[in-house]
Amino acid sequence: MTEVQLTISAGQQPSQPSSLRLVLTLGIAGLLSGFAIAGAYQITKPIIDANNARALEAAVFKVVPGSTRMRKLALRDGLLVPVAGDEPVTDPVVYGAYDDAGDFLGYAIEGAGSGFQDIIRLLYGYDPVRRCVIGLEILESRETPGLGDKIYKDAAFQANFEALSVEPPIVVVKDGRDADNEVDAITGATISSLAVVKIINTVTGAWLPDLPPPGEEPPAPPAEPDAPEQEQQGGER
Amino acid sequence: MNTPPDPGRLYREFAKGIWKENPVFVQVLGMCPMLAVTNSAINAVAMGAATAFVLIGSSFLVSLLRSFIPKQVRISTYIIIIATFVTVADFTLKAAVPSVHKELGAFIALIVVNCLILGRQEAFASRNSVRLAVADAIGMAAGFAFALLCLGATREILGSGSLFGHLLFGEHFEPWVIMVLPPGGFIMLGVILLFFGFLRERKIRRRTRVSEEAAS
Repeated sequence: MTEVQLTISAGQQPSQPSSLRLVLTLGIAGLLSGFAIAGAYQITKPIIDANNARALEAAVFKVVPGSTRMRKLALRDGLLVPVAGDEPVTDPVVYGAYDDAGDFLGYAIEGAGSGFQDIIRLLYGYDPVRRCVIGLEILESRETPGLGDKIYKDAAFQANFEALSVEPPIVVVKDGRDADNEVDAITGATISSLAVVKIINTVTGAWLPDLPPPGEEPPAPPAEPDAPEQEQQGGER
Repeated sequence: MNTPPDPGRLYREFAKGIWKENPVFVQVLGMCPMLAVTNSAINAVAMGAATAFVLIGSSFLVSLLRSFIPKQVRISTYIIIIATFVTVADFTLKAAVPSVHKELGAFIALIVVNCLILGRQEAFASRNSVRLAVADAIGMAAGFAFALLCLGATREILGSGSLFGHLLFGEHFEPWVIMVLPPGGFIMLGVILLFFGFLRERKIRRRTRVSEEAAS
């Protein structure tokens, strides 16, 4: 045994590094890399979270016109309960949208489903009093540029969702809207139009039985202490 | 090795990446991001900047540590260094420009496997002084960004009728949609490579003609 080892070490070139050196090099490199990545993560995470929260807030305010305040609502045991924005929730979630005075305006509901090329993720506003969709925002999609991407670029298609009745379920038509529950499909992007409507129908069907009757929604969030302008406005009213 | 390289050499190592040895047009490296993210000029710029950050950072470190890294594990070590810079770039872009990060998506993480970066470490940074390595990296990164911008700007102008999001033509412009789709990337890249091949051929032809004339 020792003989073999001796011959090996004798045959080795002087420049041949030991395995220990190789392991150490990679180990140290990995360790330093880990520290660098963890550091970068720690620094950027609060900014990324704030960006995401701001993007979500902007989307909610867009799909529920007139809203300026929002609250995350989770469905627990058949009841909608407010939860903090950064609290991880496993229950289904909707967003309540309120105006300056704290009056409830509508829900912003998130949905996802297959589009023409990939999953479409969208957020739409729902008014429980008029029982209709009041706004639509596509959060994520990979539809064909120039055709399918009109679901968020075409103002005429977006206008379909400004007062769209959900009962009876929304249908897609190709020759112009005649009824409150009809969506005029985009020419050349029927599948994308159908996908958007299907997502809204499915999600609405799932949520409707669980939403509280109009007027019994959870109250608006308390005014934030770091937004003195809002408080002042509230006091004047 | 310890004497600083003369400014002429430094400049040559920098300049070669932009034109004579352009990573895309001449070496045809880094095709994956080249085709995938060049459907608009802003995406091309963001990808160019991210790649430049990774390339310059890793070239600097690899060159600095070149005598400490045993050659048996050099590739793994380079990959660790590159991957670290890529992850940092990924987080930074996500925090600073979320909209661009959303567009580039997975292609930021895929900078790790951009053969341009590992190629420069193996071929240049691991054998040259820190200054030369950084000059080479800056040149190559600028050349790569220039190529991305060429393709991205052309495709955006033809495919969306805009540049950096500003509409260039009137509302009667019918966008050439295929240009912003993947096939458009291949078509445009082919046209650009053809153009560069033509330039090179012409240069060689001219040189042989001059030498023939001199001989006769």
